[in-house]
Amino acid sequence: MATIAAAPPYTSTATEPGSTAIWSWLTTVDHKRIGVLYLITGLFFFVVGGLEAAVLRAQLAVPNGRIVSAEMYSQLFTMHGTTMIFLAVMPLSAAFFNFLIPLQIGARDVAFPRLNAFSYWVYLLGGVFITVPIFFSVAPDGGWFGYAPLSTKAYSPQINMDFWVIGLQILGISSLAAGFNFITTIINMRAPGMSLMRMPIFTWMSFVVQFLVVLAFPVITVALVFLQFDRFFGTNFYTIAKGADPLLWQHLFWVFGHPEVYILILPAFGLVSEVLPTFSRKPLFGYPVMVYSGILIGFLGFGVWAHHMFSVGMGPIADAVFSLTTMLIAIPTGVKIFNWIATLWGGQVRYTVAMKFAVALVGMFTIGGISGVMHSSPPADLQQTDTYFVVAHFHYVLYGGSIFGLFAGMYYYFPKITGRFLSEKLGNWHFWITLVAMNLTFFPMHFSGLLGMPRRIYQYPSGQGLELFNLLSTAGTLLLMIGTAFGLWNVWKSWRKGEVASSNPWGAATLEWTIPSPPPEYNFAELPQVKSRYPLWNMRGGDKLVHETTTEEEQGRHIPTARELGIVMPNPSIWPLLCAAGIIVMFCGLLFMETSLTAAIAIMVIGTMWWVGSLYRWLLTPLEDHH
Amino acid sequence: MTAPTVPVPDTAAHAHAHGGHYTSLGLDNRKIAIWTFIGSECMLFASLISTYLIYKGRSPEGPYPHESWTNPTTGEVFAPIMNIPVTSASTFVLLASSFAMVLALAAVQNKHVPKRTTGERILGSSRLWLWVTCLMGVVFLGFQAYEFTSFVHEGLTIRTNLFGSSFFTLTGFHGAHVTVGVLWLFSLLAIDYKRGLTAADATIVDIAALYWHFVDVVWIAIFTLLYLIK
Repeated sequence: MATIAAAPPYTSTATEPGSTAIWSWLTTVDHKRIGVLYLITGLFFFVVGGLEAAVLRAQLAVPNGRIVSAEMYSQLFTMHGTTMIFLAVMPLSAAFFNFLIPLQIGARDVAFPRLNAFSYWVYLLGGVFITVPIFFSVAPDGGWFGYAPLSTKAYSPQINMDFWVIGLQILGISSLAAGFNFITTIINMRAPGMSLMRMPIFTWMSFVVQFLVVLAFPVITVALVFLQFDRFFGTNFYTIAKGADPLLWQHLFWVFGHPEVYILILPAFGLVSEVLPTFSRKPLFGYPVMVYSGILIGFLGFGVWAHHMFSVGMGPIADAVFSLTTMLIAIPTGVKIFNWIATLWGGQVRYTVAMKFAVALVGMFTIGGISGVMHSSPPADLQQTDTYFVVAHFHYVLYGGSIFGLFAGMYYYFPKITGRFLSEKLGNWHFWITLVAMNLTFFPMHFSGLLGMPRRIYQYPSGQGLELFNLLSTAGTLLLMIGTAFGLWNVWKSWRKGEVASSNPWGAATLEWTIPSPPPEYNFAELPQVKSRYPLWNMRGGDKLVHETTTEEEQGRHIPTARELGIVMPNPSIWPLLCAAGIIVMFCGLLFMETSLTAAIAIMVIGTMWWVGSLYRWLLTPLEDHH
Repeated sequence: MTAPTVPVPDTAAHAHAHGGHYTSLGLDNRKIAIWTFIGSECMLFASLISTYLIYKGRSPEGPYPHESWTNPTTGEVFAPIMNIPVTSASTFVLLASSFAMVLALAAVQNKHVPKRTTGERILGSSRLWLWVTCLMGVVFLGFQAYEFTSFVHEGLTIRTNLFGSSFFTLTGFHGAHVTVGVLWLFSLLAIDYKRGLTAADATIVDIAALYWHFVDVVWIAIFTLLYLIK
């Protein structure tokens, strides 16, 4: 890994002239560029969600904090959860789905490139839609789970929850469209010889996640439609006086909400399963079991939702069943932990920053997993539910799990995405500060929670033994911001000036490392013929299992353009963006229902005509020029 | 290139008609996508139908689907809302439309086969069968409009009670799906009139047909669970 900061190793003819212009980004249908858009947007919203959390922690630093009002505090914790889940972790996972899945299965793009662009634009515009209200103090304030009847007009009469109901509907469209796209891609776009059991684990976990998305999102869509109808059209789905079941929302929400937990964690598990073998110079231990346990987690994920509802009084039979299924799901998860440890065992371990984040995930997720199993016991859960103990639990699995996994993936794949390494020096600062800070923030919450501190309160009294733990958590949050700043500075700096990377700088084994960094628009000049799970190790290793390519041996090599190779690539298209914009306009109409019905209907009609018209233009324009 | 590559065998099985791209299963991507979409739609309708069933009999006030109800304050009597004979007729029309859809797809798939007799020409007319499918869909929607208006006249709106909310939302969602299907089929008809559908277009008709059949199947579940079972 020589330090060459001047020119990339490849003469850059791979992209068309002017392809950095704004218009080319607005019309791109290239899965790699869309992946980059997801990465940047996801990191942006990660910062937004982090700043919201910082205000929450500042308020709680000392008893009776007075930085924000109770109303603002409710908006901030609602938006912190909503932002981190729907606008940061899911899209950062989507960045890797987009960038990696076609490369890992040996395809030129996803099955529906324009639908892929559409998913991104709906996400971006929906994210803006749901985030902007916080600047006007009218952000959603009913929690990220939006429990009805609390979120109905009777108890939340302001516009706040309208943004949440509509915003989540919009974001659901994005996830569903991406789900159909990636399932089709993985089923039908695999290169010759890439059988299901040869697919890289990241692609496998993504595959499971897409099934969770397409089966779980319709359920929350229905729950949100009911809430929307209750709020806007006066239906009675959540009106208790009319005989409605106060648990209907909770059931529908958690039938979606628990699979959502696995939607957030499985992509990170997949990334870590790529990083650990490469930096241990060993194949992943127990590949088939890793696949089966991933499928089993996805399957069981649909049968545990009511463990979020032990405190509502479902009765001993329901409590017992959901307690057992919840304990069961710890088995495939534990299997994964042991397989990762066994992958490290006896390997030639190289502790790069990516590897450090991956190993840290194994440890931190295990802590969160163990407190999770504690919740599976209804009597214990009754003590812990709605306290900071639960907050500690899910931040260990989401920060120590999802975010660490995504950072591991970012450090590992940055050379492939940009052609340059992230700085290991800045990365070490990023990693060590984040690891310490994360534990400093969330570990004391176990204690404040067990001492009885409830979630979602904007003040707590002094003299209850909560001062120290809260102060530590706030100090940890400050440190987390510093750590994250190192990470973002690293991305900003390395993108432009980082050390240049070769096509396979880590000596990795899978197909994405057979092509240049960054890959040409067509990915593979010829579709690869796959003969094993680790094509690079088996075919290029000989005596030496791993071969790292260097920038010297690739210096000055000409990468042919798609045209030179006679490869027909999809044409750029503006219609996905316009279609997405029309959908947002249509939904915005609902916001005017209270003020002016005529205006509301007019805006919705315009929006509908806008997106339907765009959709027809999109469908009637061929994807690519004829051969 | 450093990639371990060999040329891809250009087998007919893997290079389908449209565009000639390689696919793992030899199937068109759009066909897999529509099945995935239908799987997702199953969860959508399952949630809507479950809510209707959970809320069945929970409403303290009528009108009710299968029982008459007397308003205790006004003494007004509300007859059972469901009109099973009329809905049976609309159900028959919708199910029959699936048959026409099958004939429309077969007509497109067999475009290249020469037609000799009048019967073969009728069976082979994609326009005829697409029109028949479309019109049956429109007739079904007409029945639904009639049903909704008569329910409102009888005193049941989407705001009246839990039954009204869950009934109109569920059947309204289904009606919206039929409407999308009708627009989809009209779009295919427009293509047929503009340039003529050929056997190469079988896939786009096929995916529309899969959607149409799915919407029909959902109606069978709705008709049985909402109308027939008391």
